[in-house]
Amino acid sequence: MTLDLALFLLLALIAIASALGMLISRNTVYSALYLVLNFVTVAVFYLLLSAPFIAMVQITVYAGAIMVLFLFVIMLLGAEGLPKSEVLPWQKPLAIGLSVLLFAEAAYLLVTKSRPVGNVLPPAEAVNATENLQQLGIALFRDYLLPFEVVSILLLVAMVGAIVLTKKERKARQ
Amino acid sequence: MIPVDYYIILSAILFTIGVLGVLIRRNALIIFMSIELMLNAANLAIVAFGSVFESFSGQIFVFFVIAVAAAEVAVGLALIVEIFRSKRSIDVDQVSSLKG
Amino acid sequence: MHLSESVNTGFLFLAPWLVFFPVIGLLINTLFGHKFSERMIGAVASLASGAAFVVSVLLYVTVSGAHGEAMRWQLAEWMHIGTLSLDWTFRVDSLSTTMMLVVSGVGTLIHIYAIGYMHEDVRFKNDVGRFRRFFVFLNLFIAAMMVLITGDSYLMLFVGWEGVGLCSFLLVGFWYELDLLARPSWSNSFAAVKAFVANRVGDFGFLIATFIMFWAFGSLQFDKVFQQVPTVAPGVIIAITLFFLLGVTGKSAQVPLYVWLPDAMAGPTPVSALIHAATMVTAGVYLVARSAPLYSSVPEAQNIVALVGAVTALFAATIAAGQFDIKKVLAYSTISQLGFMVAAVGMGAYVAGIFHLVTHAFFKALLFLSAGSVILGMERGHHHAAHANHDNHGKGKKKDGKRKVESEHDAHHDTRAERSAEHEVEAFDPGDMRNMGGLRKTMPVTFWVYMAGMVALSGIPPFSGFWSKDEILLDASMHNQVVYWLLTIAAFFTAFYMGRQIWMVFFGEARHEAAARAEESPKVITVPLIILAALAVLGGALNLPFEGFHNLGHWLEATLGEVESLPLNLQVAGISTLLALLAILISWLMYARKPFAKDQTDPLASLGILFKGMNSKWWIDELYHLLFINPYIKISYFIAEVIDWRFWHDWFHEKVIMGTYNWISFTGLNEYADQKGIDAFANGLGTWTQSLAGTLRKVQNGFVRSYALSILLGVVLILGYLIFK
Repeated sequence: MTLDLALFLLLALIAIASALGMLISRNTVYSALYLVLNFVTVAVFYLLLSAPFIAMVQITVYAGAIMVLFLFVIMLLGAEGLPKSEVLPWQKPLAIGLSVLLFAEAAYLLVTKSRPVGNVLPPAEAVNATENLQQLGIALFRDYLLPFEVVSILLLVAMVGAIVLTKKERKARQ
Repeated sequence: MIPVDYYIILSAILFTIGVLGVLIRRNALIIFMSIELMLNAANLAIVAFGSVFESFSGQIFVFFVIAVAAAEVAVGLALIVEIFRSKRSIDVDQVSSLKG
Repeated sequence: MHLSESVNTGFLFLAPWLVFFPVIGLLINTLFGHKFSERMIGAVASLASGAAFVVSVLLYVTVSGAHGEAMRWQLAEWMHIGTLSLDWTFRVDSLSTTMMLVVSGVGTLIHIYAIGYMHEDVRFKNDVGRFRRFFVFLNLFIAAMMVLITGDSYLMLFVGWEGVGLCSFLLVGFWYELDLLARPSWSNSFAAVKAFVANRVGDFGFLIATFIMFWAFGSLQFDKVFQQVPTVAPGVIIAITLFFLLGVTGKSAQVPLYVWLPDAMAGPTPVSALIHAATMVTAGVYLVARSAPLYSSVPEAQNIVALVGAVTALFAATIAAGQFDIKKVLAYSTISQLGFMVAAVGMGAYVAGIFHLVTHAFFKALLFLSAGSVILGMERGHHHAAHANHDNHGKGKKKDGKRKVESEHDAHHDTRAERSAEHEVEAFDPGDMRNMGGLRKTMPVTFWVYMAGMVALSGIPPFSGFWSKDEILLDASMHNQVVYWLLTIAAFFTAFYMGRQIWMVFFGEARHEAAARAEESPKVITVPLIILAALAVLGGALNLPFEGFHNLGHWLEATLGEVESLPLNLQVAGISTLLALLAILISWLMYARKPFAKDQTDPLASLGILFKGMNSKWWIDELYHLLFINPYIKISYFIAEVIDWRFWHDWFHEKVIMGTYNWISFTGLNEYADQKGIDAFANGLGTWTQSLAGTLRKVQNGFVRSYALSILLGVVLILGYLIFK
């Protein structure tokens, strides 16, 4: 048991636990917070995987912006849990079964069909090096310029769409 | 010195939990959050592979994924708010008038 | 257009007009007759027949100019099949010119007579269309008879044979729905059918003969056949001649097929005169005379023919003596005289037979037409009697006889038939001799011409009948004793029944009011009678048995070959004359010395069962019914009802065929194949689709979560497939 492995296992456990917590929690706010924890954990994983920029982006955007947005909406809509009216009684067992099956297939694939790729190296210098960021920026603006621009437009569209969807309602009210 | 397989399994587990969340929970927001979890699991897998192959493509891809996820969340939440306005409930089982 | 061998063909080219003139006459009457008056129709028909007579005369002149040599004129090709080669060729020789003169001459006179007669007939009722039809049929008959006489082959002869048979049917059954007194009845139609059917049996014999002839001789044309007679086996020729004899017994009313001729008296009297006395019935005699080479070569067949003729002559004469209807007496007389003719040509005395044919045409036509005049006179008398009674009953005071009545005549002329039926308590038969009597006072012209006919028929010299009958008897006495005695006895009966008829009809007192008031007939009727009477009296000059006077014999020699020209045999002639006079005397004693009174039984009745037999035609008709007709009807009924209807139609057709078909279509195809099979499949397909859709529809339950579950299911399955591929 090396340190890496122990660290990994600990973080993995936290990630899984927080995910389950999000799943099971009756209070929507608690679910959101569990999810935030999950995101942070995943960000740490990114750090371990020599992707510091992505880790920061994860925290900033996902945990910071998206989850905040979620919490705002929860605030608008109410955080209470829903009453227990089951219209599809067979949904839960079937879903659990199928999900387990899915995981089983994935595991099977992984175990039998994968070839040894390699190990993830510790991110000793990569974390502190600013070269990562520069290289990332250069790659972004040189090799992936088109997707970059498209995504910018996408964000614009999303913004407009969100406003349009909610603005109409307000006008009709008046 | 962690084999990349471990990361992959972790990603699979997270993904499965996300799938379960989508299928089991009736709260629209929880479902949405489960979708985010699924996206996250995929991101993790991409970055893990990217680190193993020492390529930036993984990180850039994840960058875009996060951007798109953000946009999606914005629009999706706007929609959920709208549905709530008409239905006064965020139970997805209530939104079933397209049956037949 | 066939030129004969002789240089001078004269008027030969006119030969087709023998047929065409009557045909044109009937076409004019058919197409335009509805616009003509009665007189016009009659005139057209008589002119057509007269034109045929003129052509006959011209052809006679031509032939006599060629010394009787035979000439042939081809009109059209008919059939050339294999070895059979037949054309419509006219044969103009001495025999055929003799026949044509008789047919067209007597025929024209009868046409003229018929104009008056048909108008007077009580069934006429001013129906001009019917009147027209009569003359069309008469012309058709003349045309067909001409084809028969002038045919150059047996088949052309047969065409005419059939044609005259058809006309006989049409004319006998002319008043097909009315009987003699214009009451509704089908008896005339039955008589016509009987005539046709009896003739048919004869035609069967004729056809068989022609088939054998073609098989043996290879041709049906007269010259070709007669040339080959020596080369063919006698047995075959006997067969041919005997089958021809069957045809002769049918057409010329011999035993056993004569039964149609008395019934054919149901037709109008001109028809009886023309067809059943003078022309059609002589076709058989003509056939035998024409086939002289055939018959002469087989004496055995000749014997049979002569015997048939002689037996018929006697048989019919006995029946004639027991009849009460004026026309029936003459009908049986005709059969008897035909027997004479057939016996003559059977014995090989062709000239005698043809001679008797000619004289018989004269006096028998005369007798029939006179009988028609008598009947008309009776009807007129009946009409007057009925009117007198009616007027007496109606007004109570005596009207001035006829004049007042005649002014009202036209008003109710058409209803004379109904009126006569009303007034009569019992039916009045104008032809019944028991109702007549004393008519010589009221109908003198008719009386004298009837006398002329009677003495001619009885064979009293020097009238025509004596010469022709005597020649036959003479020939018989020399060749066939049996035939001679049969014919002599028949001649005795002939004179007897004619005498009986004369005494009953014209002498004594009227036995019925109708006879008392009878009237003479108009000129259009009496003039032809007078002409015929003259011919009956003088016709003997045609062939007197004295040297140098054998005119007809010499004339026919050209056609018939060597002819025996016999001189007068006083013994034979004397016997026949004495017997005739004796018969007339006996009949006078029975019927005229003590005038035959009303409701008196016939003096002949003292013969008991014999008279009953004579009156009932020796029950021959009943015998035929028993032997042939009833079994035939039973067999036909059986075949029609049981076999055809019950078995074939009801069972086989309805149950088996229709049942099977119905089963196949309704049950088999419809129910099983279609409904249960195809429909079930097609409908089932739809139903299954519907139910499937109904089931699958439940997947769309509107819940997003279940949709997501379906997606996951799909993913798992695809993944599984990819993994384990």
